[in-house]
Amino acid sequence: MLKKSSSGVLASLRGSPYRSVRLAPSLAAAIDFMLALLLGGQHSAVQPSGQGAWLVESHTSWIPRWGISLHLGLDGLSVVLILLTAFVGIVATIASWTDIQSRVGLFHSQVLLALGGVIGVFLAIDLFLFFFFWELMLIPMYLLIVIWGHAQRRHASFKFFLFTQAGSLVLLVAIVALALLHQQTTGRPSFDYADLMGLTLTSEIARWLMLAFLIGFLVKLPAPPFHTWLPDTYAEAPTGATIILAGILAKTGAYGLLRFTLPMFPEALSEVAPIAMGLGVAGILYAAVLACAQTDIKRLVAYSSISHMGFILLGAFAGTELALQGVMMQMVAHGLSTGGLFLLAGALEERYQTRDMGQMGGLWSVTPRLATMALFFACASLGLPGLANFIGEFLVLFGSYATQPVMIILASLGMVMAAIYSLGMMQRTFFGRQQDSRTAPDLSNVAFGTLLFIAGLQIWLGLYPKAVLTTTKPVMEQLIQHAVVSANPTHVPSESLLSSHIVTSQGGPP
Amino acid sequence: MISLLWLIPALPLAGFLLLALCGGRLSRHHIAWVGCGSVGTAAVTTALVAADFFRGFPTRESYQQTLWNWIDTSGMTVGISWNLDALSLLMVTVITGIGFLIHLYSAEYMAHDDDYARFFAYMNLFVAAMLTLVLADNLLLLYLGWEGVGLCSYLLIGFWYREPEYGTAAQKAFIVTRIGDTALAIGLFILFTQFKTLSIQQVQSLATEAWPVGSNLAMIVAVLFLIGAVGKSAQLPLQVWLPDAMAGPTPVSALIHAATMVTAGVYLIARMHHLFELAPMVQEGIAVLGLVTLLLAATSALVQQDIKRVLAYSTMSQIGYMFLALGVGAWSAALFHFLTHSCFKALLFLAAGSVIHSLHHEQNIFKMGGLRRHLPWTFWTFLIGAAAMSGVPLITSGFYSKDWILWSVWSSPLSHRWIWFGALLGAMLTGLYSFRLIFRVFFGEVRTQPTSESGLAMRLPLLVLAFLALTVGFLEMPHTLGNITLFSHYLSHALPTTALLPGMEESSEVREQLAVTVAALLGIGLAALLFLPGSLFGARRTDQSTTHPSMTLLQGGWGFDRLYDRLFVRPWFAITRNSSDMVDRGYEWLAVCAESCHGWLSHTQTGQVRWYAASIAVGTLMLLGLFAM
Amino acid sequence: MLSTPALVLAIILFGLGLIGLLSRRNILYMLLSLEIMLNAAALAFIAGGARWGQVDGEIMFLFILTLAAAEVSVALGIVLQLSYRFRTLDADAFCEMRG
Repeated sequence: MLKKSSSGVLASLRGSPYRSVRLAPSLAAAIDFMLALLLGGQHSAVQPSGQGAWLVESHTSWIPRWGISLHLGLDGLSVVLILLTAFVGIVATIASWTDIQSRVGLFHSQVLLALGGVIGVFLAIDLFLFFFFWELMLIPMYLLIVIWGHAQRRHASFKFFLFTQAGSLVLLVAIVALALLHQQTTGRPSFDYADLMGLTLTSEIARWLMLAFLIGFLVKLPAPPFHTWLPDTYAEAPTGATIILAGILAKTGAYGLLRFTLPMFPEALSEVAPIAMGLGVAGILYAAVLACAQTDIKRLVAYSSISHMGFILLGAFAGTELALQGVMMQMVAHGLSTGGLFLLAGALEERYQTRDMGQMGGLWSVTPRLATMALFFACASLGLPGLANFIGEFLVLFGSYATQPVMIILASLGMVMAAIYSLGMMQRTFFGRQQDSRTAPDLSNVAFGTLLFIAGLQIWLGLYPKAVLTTTKPVMEQLIQHAVVSANPTHVPSESLLSSHIVTSQGGPP
Repeated sequence: MISLLWLIPALPLAGFLLLALCGGRLSRHHIAWVGCGSVGTAAVTTALVAADFFRGFPTRESYQQTLWNWIDTSGMTVGISWNLDALSLLMVTVITGIGFLIHLYSAEYMAHDDDYARFFAYMNLFVAAMLTLVLADNLLLLYLGWEGVGLCSYLLIGFWYREPEYGTAAQKAFIVTRIGDTALAIGLFILFTQFKTLSIQQVQSLATEAWPVGSNLAMIVAVLFLIGAVGKSAQLPLQVWLPDAMAGPTPVSALIHAATMVTAGVYLIARMHHLFELAPMVQEGIAVLGLVTLLLAATSALVQQDIKRVLAYSTMSQIGYMFLALGVGAWSAALFHFLTHSCFKALLFLAAGSVIHSLHHEQNIFKMGGLRRHLPWTFWTFLIGAAAMSGVPLITSGFYSKDWILWSVWSSPLSHRWIWFGALLGAMLTGLYSFRLIFRVFFGEVRTQPTSESGLAMRLPLLVLAFLALTVGFLEMPHTLGNITLFSHYLSHALPTTALLPGMEESSEVREQLAVTVAALLGIGLAALLFLPGSLFGARRTDQSTTHPSMTLLQGGWGFDRLYDRLFVRPWFAITRNSSDMVDRGYEWLAVCAESCHGWLSHTQTGQVRWYAASIAVGTLMLLGLFAM
Repeated sequence: MLSTPALVLAIILFGLGLIGLLSRRNILYMLLSLEIMLNAAALAFIAGGARWGQVDGEIMFLFILTLAAAEVSVALGIVLQLSYRFRTLDADAFCEMRG
C-alpha cells in the first residue's frame, strides 16, 4: 500500500506513449486523481504528530554511496496539490482535444511526462530525487511549447527554458552544498529531507543557502524580478500546456517555499521575510498594472496570474498559520481559476484566430456559454466573495496584517486593480458592439461541462473551504511551530498566535 | 417558523440558479413566474418569520442561525450564520416587499427584451446578495453580500451590453464602489487583528471595552468603514457612479435606489453604531458629509434634463439626509427615512419607467409634457411620490421622516445650528426639483405622443407603493402631532435612542416643524412659479438648452467627474498605455550584451583548420611558458 | 646518453611537422605533417622509455602507431568525401563553419 503513491506517478507515465487515443491521457490522469483521493481519504483521519510524520511513505535505496534514495512521502500539503495536479491535468487534456491536431500521441505523452514530474516534485522527500523530478517536468514543457506553440514559440520556449534552468542550477548548487555539509558533520553524505533538516548551520552559510533556495523557487513562482518569462510563455504555449503551466507548474515554486525554504532556514528567513513580502506586494501591484495595459487576452491573464501569485509569496513569509492556510487555498483556487480562464482564452483564440482583444467585442450574443463562463471566471479572478480565490486572498491578508500592515494596505489596492483588468477584459471581448458579423460555434458540451465543473468546485471551496483547510492544517501547524521554535529556541510559542479559538455564537434560544 | 430564516436569502438565490442554468429553456411566462415567485415567496417567508419573531419580541431581541462553519482554521472562526434583530428585520421586509413589487413591475416592463431570463437571474441575485448583507451575523458574510451587491449592480447597469457607454457606466459603478469596499476590507483586517473575531456583536462589544472614546484605532476603523459606506451609498466623494448608473433598465434603478445597494451604507453605519460612537469626530464628519452631499445633489437635480438623472440625484440627496441623521446620532430617524424613502423612491422610479415606457424610451423631460390626461394612473402615483419626497405636510410619509431628521439635527448635542439651516435649504430644494419634474412632464402641451397606459402588472405595484408612500409615515408621529412612537419603540431594541440637548421643549419643536413645512411648501410654490406652464415665469423658460458655465457645472454634478478624470483616470491611462514590461528590458539588455559578445568572439571562428591549429599551438606554447615561469 | 639527441630530433621533427601543418594548404600535405608530428611524439616516448629503462615508452609507441593508423584511415575517408564535395583539396576552402 505504501507504494501506491509512487505507482501513481508511474501509472501516468506508462499511460499513453503507445496509445494515441485522446481519451487515454485523461483516463490516466483520472486514475491518478482517484488514487490520490483514495490515499488522502484513507489517511485523513491520521493526524501526524511531530516532525517527519508522513501519511504514506515509500523508501527504496538508489545510490547509497552518496546517500541518495527513492524516498517518497505524502502529507496533507502534497495530497491537496496532487489532487489539483491530476484535476488540472484532466482539464488540460480536455482542452487539447480540439486544439492539438498534429502528433497527438507525442503531445499527450509529453503532457503526462510533465504531470508525472510535477507529482514527483510534490512527493519527493529526498532532495536529489526532488531535483530530478524538478528537471523532469521542465523538458517536456519546453517541448510542448516549442513544437505545438504559436508564432513566437521559439523565443518563448527559449526564455522559459533559460529562466527556469538558471533557477534550477542555483537550487542544485544549494542542494549539493547541503549534502556536502552533512558529510562534513556526520561523515556521510545524505540528500534526505529529514537528515538535512537536522543540520545545524552557521548563520552565514544558512543565509547563502536560503537565498539560493529562495531564488530557485521564486523564478518558478514567479515573483518579480524573475517573472518576465511567464507572459511570453503563457501566451505562446498551446492551451493545454498553458493550463498546466499556470495551474500547477507555478505551484511547484510555492510548494518548494513551503516544504524546503521555510522549515530549513528559519533564522535566516526572518531577516529576509520583509523583503520577500515586499516582492510579493510589488508583484501584486506591478503585474496588475501591466495586466490593465495588455491588449492580448492571454498576456492579460498571464499578468493577472503573476499578480495572484504575489499573494502566495506574501502569505508564505508572513509567519502566521492563518496566512499559510491562505497560501494553500490560494494555490488551489488560482489553479482552478486560471485553468478556466486559459481554457476560455484558448477557446476564443481557436475561434477567432487572434488573441487581440481590440478585434473582439460583442461576443456575448455570438457565444453566450463562453461569455457566461468567462464572466464567472473573471469574477473569481477579481476575488469575489463566495468563490475560492476570495478565501485564499483574504486569509493571506488577514493573517499578514499583524506583521506588515502597510504592505497589506498596498496589497489591498491590488483588489481594485483586479476589478479594472477583469472587467476590462469582459468589456473588450464580450460586451460592446460586435466588430464584424462573424459567427462561431459556442463551447462544446464537453468543454462547457468541464468549465461548469470547475465553477462548481470554485463555489464549493468558496463556501466550504474546510475541505482543503483541514487537510493542510497539521502541516501548517508544524511549519509554524518549527519556525517559531527554531527562531528562538528558548521561547515557547505564545498561545494567542497559534490557536486562539474564539467561538462565535451558534444558534440562539429557540 | 423562525427557523425558516435561511430560506429568505436562499429563495432568490435558488431563483437565480434556476434561471442562470436553464433560463434558456424556459418560456417567458415561466421565467417571470420563477423570477417574481422566488422573491415573492421570500417576502411571504419574511412575513412568517416576522410573525414568529414578534411573538417573543421584547424578551428575545435577536435570533441567530448558523448554517455551517464557513472558515474554521488557525484562530479564525467564521460561520455562514444569520442574525435577525429589529434592524435586519426592517431591512429584510423592505428588500423582499419592495423587491417583489419591482420584480412584478419588470415582468411587464421587460416583456419585449431578448434577455428576459438573464434579467431576472441578475435581479434575483441582487436581492439575494442584499439579503445576505443585512442578515449576516459576521462582517465577512456581510462583506460577501456587500461585494455581491456591487457585482449585481455592475451586471444590471451594463445589462444592455451592446452600448459601450453602458458598459463604461457599469465598470465605473463597480470600480468606484470597489474602492470603498477595499477600505472596508482593510477595516476588517484591523478589527480581526485586534479582536480575533469578526462577529458583529463581539467585535463591537470588545471594541467598546478595549478602545476609549476617540482613540486612534477606533477613528481609523470608523473612517475606513465610512469610506466603504460612502462608496456604496453614493455620497461624497465617491458619488460619481450613481448618475451614470441610470444606464440600466428602469426597474434596476428602482431596485438599486429603493431596496438594495445604496441603502447598504446606511445599514452598515447603523449596524456598526457602537463603533461610530467611539469616534465622535468621524460621526460629525458623517453629518457634514451628508449635508454637503444633499445640497450638491439637490442643486444638480434642479437642472438635469433626463428624468432618471433627476431621480438619481434626488436619491443621493435623500441618502444624504440619512447620513446626516446617522451623523447626529439619530439612528432610528435615519432608518425611518430609509423606510419612507424606499417606498416613494421605488414609486417614483417605477412611475418614471411607466412614462418612459409609454414614450418609446424617451427620457428627456424637455420632450415630455401634458401627460396628465394621457397617463392618469402614472400621473397620480407620480404626484404622490413627488409629494412624499418633498415632504408635503401631514398627509405624506416623507414629511414625518424628514421632520424627524430635522428635529434631531436641531436638538442633538452632536449637531450645529448651521447644519440644520443647510438641511432646511435642502428640504426647500427637494420640493423645487420634485415639482419641476411634475410640471415639466405632466403639464403643458404634449410634445411626444404617448402610447396607452401600461398594464396591470405595472399598475398594481404603483398603486401599492403609492398607498405605502402615503401611509408608512403614520408609524411614527412627533408628539406634537399624534405622538405615535411605534417605529422608534420597535427599533430601540436594536439601536440606541437619540440623545437630545437638555432644554428642548415643545414650543421650539412646533416652531421647527413650521419651518420645515414652510420650506417644503416654498419649494413647491417656487416650482409652480418657475416651471408650471402659464405661470409667471413658466412660459419664458421652455428652452433650457442654455450653455451658461454654471449650468454645465451643475448638470455635471459639480464637476466631480472632470476632476477625477484629471486626477485619476488620465494618469492611470497614461501609466497603462505602455503594455511592455520594464523589468523585461533588463533581461533584454542582458541578451543584447551576450549577443554582441558573441558577435565579437565569433570573428575568431574562421572555419579554417590551419587557423585553429595555429591557435592550438600558440595556446600550448603560452601554457608551457606559464608553467615554466 | 642517447636520449638527448633523440629528444632534439623529436623536437625538430615536431617543429617541422607543425610548420608544415600551418603553411601547407593542401589537405593531404597537412595530413602528412600531422603524421610527422605524431611520429615525433612517439620518438620522444621511446627516448624517455630508454632513459628510465621502462617499458612504458614502447607501449605508448605502439599505442601511437595504432592511433596513427586509425586516424589516417578515418582522415583519408573524410578527405575523399571532401574532394568529392568541393572538387578541391585546399583546406582553406572548407570554411563553412565560419562564425
